[in-house]
Amino acid sequence: MAEAGKLRVATTSLAGCFGCHMSLLDIDERLFALLEKVEFDRTPLTDIKHCGPCDIGIIEGGVCNAENVEVLREFRKNCKILIAMGACAVTGGLPAQRNHLDLGACLQEVYLTEPGLVNGQIPNDPELPLPLDQVHPLHEVVKVDYFIPGCPPSADAIWKFLTDLIAGRTPRLGHGLIEYD
Amino acid sequence: MNMDVRPSFLLDGEEIPFEPGQTVIQAALTAGHYIPHLCYHPEFVPHGSCKLCTVKANGRPAAACTLPAQAGLEVESETEELNDLRRTLVQMLFAEGNHFCPACEKSGNCVLQALGYDLGVMTAGFRHFFLDRPVDASHPDILLDFNRCVLCKLCVRASEEVDGKGVFSLAGRGISRRLIVSAESGRLADTDIAVTDKAVEVCPVGVIIRKHIGFQTPIGRRRYDVRPISAQALEDAPRKPEARHG
Amino acid sequence: MMRHQDLHPSVDEVVALHGGDATRLVQILRDLQEGQGWLAPPVVTELARKLGLSRARVEGVAAFYSFLHLEPVGQYRVLFSDNITDRMQGSEALLAYLSEKLWVEKGKVSEDGLLSIDTTSCTGLCDQGPGLLVNGWAIPRIDQERLDQIAQLILARQPIAQWPDELFRIEDNIRRQDTLLGHGLQPGEAIRAAIARAESNQGDRPVSERSWREGIPAATPGPAATLEEIKRSNLRGRGGAGFGTGLKWEACRNAPGETHYVVCNADEGEPGTFKDRVLLTRHADLVFEGMTVCAYILGGGRTTTHGFLYLRGEYRYLLEPLNECLARRRRDGLLGADICGRTGFDFDIEIHVGAGAYVCGEESALIESLEGKRGIPRNRPPYPVTHGYLGQPTVVNNVETFCAAALVAKEGGDWYRAQGTAKSAGTKLLSVSGDCERPGIYEYPFGVTVRQVLEDCGARHTQAVQVSGPSGTLIDASEFDRRIAFEDLPTAGAFMVFDETRDMFDVVRNFVHFFAHESCGFCTPCRVGTAMMRNVVDKIHAGRGAQHDVEEICRLQKVMHLAAHCGLGHTACNPMRDVMQRFRPAIQRRLKSLDFEPAFDLDGALAVARQMTGRDDAKAHL
Repeated sequence: MAEAGKLRVATTSLAGCFGCHMSLLDIDERLFALLEKVEFDRTPLTDIKHCGPCDIGIIEGGVCNAENVEVLREFRKNCKILIAMGACAVTGGLPAQRNHLDLGACLQEVYLTEPGLVNGQIPNDPELPLPLDQVHPLHEVVKVDYFIPGCPPSADAIWKFLTDLIAGRTPRLGHGLIEYD
Repeated sequence: MNMDVRPSFLLDGEEIPFEPGQTVIQAALTAGHYIPHLCYHPEFVPHGSCKLCTVKANGRPAAACTLPAQAGLEVESETEELNDLRRTLVQMLFAEGNHFCPACEKSGNCVLQALGYDLGVMTAGFRHFFLDRPVDASHPDILLDFNRCVLCKLCVRASEEVDGKGVFSLAGRGISRRLIVSAESGRLADTDIAVTDKAVEVCPVGVIIRKHIGFQTPIGRRRYDVRPISAQALEDAPRKPEARHG
Repeated sequence: MMRHQDLHPSVDEVVALHGGDATRLVQILRDLQEGQGWLAPPVVTELARKLGLSRARVEGVAAFYSFLHLEPVGQYRVLFSDNITDRMQGSEALLAYLSEKLWVEKGKVSEDGLLSIDTTSCTGLCDQGPGLLVNGWAIPRIDQERLDQIAQLILARQPIAQWPDELFRIEDNIRRQDTLLGHGLQPGEAIRAAIARAESNQGDRPVSERSWREGIPAATPGPAATLEEIKRSNLRGRGGAGFGTGLKWEACRNAPGETHYVVCNADEGEPGTFKDRVLLTRHADLVFEGMTVCAYILGGGRTTTHGFLYLRGEYRYLLEPLNECLARRRRDGLLGADICGRTGFDFDIEIHVGAGAYVCGEESALIESLEGKRGIPRNRPPYPVTHGYLGQPTVVNNVETFCAAALVAKEGGDWYRAQGTAKSAGTKLLSVSGDCERPGIYEYPFGVTVRQVLEDCGARHTQAVQVSGPSGTLIDASEFDRRIAFEDLPTAGAFMVFDETRDMFDVVRNFVHFFAHESCGFCTPCRVGTAMMRNVVDKIHAGRGAQHDVEEICRLQKVMHLAAHCGLGHTACNPMRDVMQRFRPAIQRRLKSLDFEPAFDLDGALAVARQMTGRDDAKAHL
């Protein structure tokens, strides 16, 4: 549970590149001010494997496989506020560029019929998450409360968004902070 | 004639003078008042399809780009209801097409994107259609990326009316409505389009892209990065009244 | 019966037949396809060159209409009518039966290219359904036996012209007639009455001196005398909107133009409506008579006039009989030059056949289609009465309106308005279908209660009635005392009855699909909104719906209602709106959760990966 007066925050990356997390770190010295207000649960920065009860969950990346769905569900279950951060989480983004390709044909070509393959086999280890036939933005799988677009969103946009949210204001990003690219 | 008696209508409580034959959006832009719009272009006969410029005139919804200005009309535009409608329309367009802004050469110069920025659209919100729209890279100088098409018909109009060619047309119906090119092969390379055509320049989104000049202006320093579309549109608006209408 | 289609005219021949006139593009494409089966790319290229149009323009038009094909199609194209009434009569199972029997998947062409099977929007055979079209020719009363017969004919590659006429026999099913269906007018009578009314008042008195107070509009000179009768009759348009016919004709008459056009809207596409089919079958003379009276009023010897009848593609089989009727009327001096011997009264009518687009029932879209374009509703103003066909003043009226106008021309406005209610003069034809013993055509004076109609048609345990089709109003049993009238339940004629065994969710889903299929795609709210609505309704249908989806439906309705370009987009929300108001449990009980459910089937989205990896462990499922 959170220290008194602090909000507990969890973050993760699904089908993403961690670029949004890098942008979060890009708020630089403002991180210290942030840490006075929040403490972290599961994030790539901590060693916590599963998300516990949190005030805010921040997720980058789209949903491309079964494991992504499980993690997303865990976040939704535990976080009072769920935020989709970055183009992939908001729109499917780069991973969703595979959506016009047939998954079966893709797997077949990459693992079975690609010239030069010897004894190719489609990986079937139960530890490997199965891919979905298409990549989806978060809001198509769970209810999402807020969205921060951008690839990645700028550090200033993330800072403005989080400070608004922590202060209890509806976050508003004005010109120059809302960017889709 | 005494110029003081020019007819006028009210836009959000302010008096907007107009010349006979002007539409509400033409008069508003000339007078320095912005009404969000996408398929309207000052150089072309209004099309009226995107519906971003929907206003309420005497309480009735109407597209400002095709609505003839009339003396005494009371027009509402900057209301929560109408901006909410516009946000939803932008969201619907983003969900319909495959708009991957991070990889689009038009990013920063794109009207759809700029409208999203200005209206505060954070997500498409709806389920994405992920329609399959193959790219046509056949032409040596021009790329066609149909994924980004908003069906505004500006290229169709420009090619017919300005270039005198008819390179483009819209085909299909409903959600299958799509842009096609005038060639039996279906390839742009087999049309008589030229890189200097008005049709190439007029696309408000990233469908018609000139090759070889990509990213000359870096992301972050482009048209709508510098200035929101609501301000840019007023700067671009013709200052002298024009009287084109459909 | 003529069902010729075995000729293979060349592009040159067809273009020549139409005088090289690009405004006849839709007709040219129809004719080419009727001979060649589909519109192959070189045909489109050649046609564009011959007509001096860009190729993209021609392809764009062809790709707009459901019945025009730019891809190879089967030699036999079987289209099952997919209105809810067809479904209630078992059309889905029958389609599956034929698919299985002939080894062809719905929506695909069989491997040997022999046939394809698919669905199409309501074919207007609801009172004798399920209906289908084979290569555009309508066949009613489909059952397994008839499908067996059709399958045999197809397998034997029998030309459609040689199929037994009995298959194509369509009944009129007139169950109740009133002054319109029982008119007894002889061809020419209404026109002569209009002329006589004009000539009996050859005095020089100007229109402004006509005596309203004395009720003698007949004192108006010339063709305007009959216009006064039309106005006096309070006749309102029968297409559903109910605009005053006299006012429309007067506005058109007063509009300057070289030619005034009279257009009969026989694009009867509203699902559940088939009364125009019967009028065109039984009373074609009356329709043309009404159009001719209209031309007399519009032209009045001052300008030239010309007429079009826009016949929906599904009624293709009526084209030859209607053309024969026109030919007879020309021979009898009721069309052509100097009609009824009156010098300078020249008027003729040509028939354009649609090609499968509901939106063309909207008058400005219909005009676009007549001009050889895609059927996209125009921006208004200006309205067709001043700027219609080719920018000229144009009256567009429904088939039934012209029939009624012919009666008014003969019997007078007072006679007409004595029928019906104060605000809704005259009678109305209803196309009754669905759960009742005697489906068919019922003519009533306006003001009849829904209950009366239900009683007359033998409906029992009725749960709901869809008045005026999907774009109209759905009412429940508490409203059966409401009246068919412009002031209560306005209608274009559809009257679909649903008894207590029907699930109203199935009904609304059928209508939502209909609008998504028929949206022209011009404006954002309707193009995207109808498709989103279809996806949400299908999600609920699949048992994956949540309250969130119901809220999304409401949001889409608001956008479409506020911002759609034309009536199709505005009314596309009506079925859902009505079901939510009157049959909410039909939706609620289908919801899986009161909160949120994923937009797609998560486990289903893993099916391909499961199949490719051969996995079926717990982690291979969601």
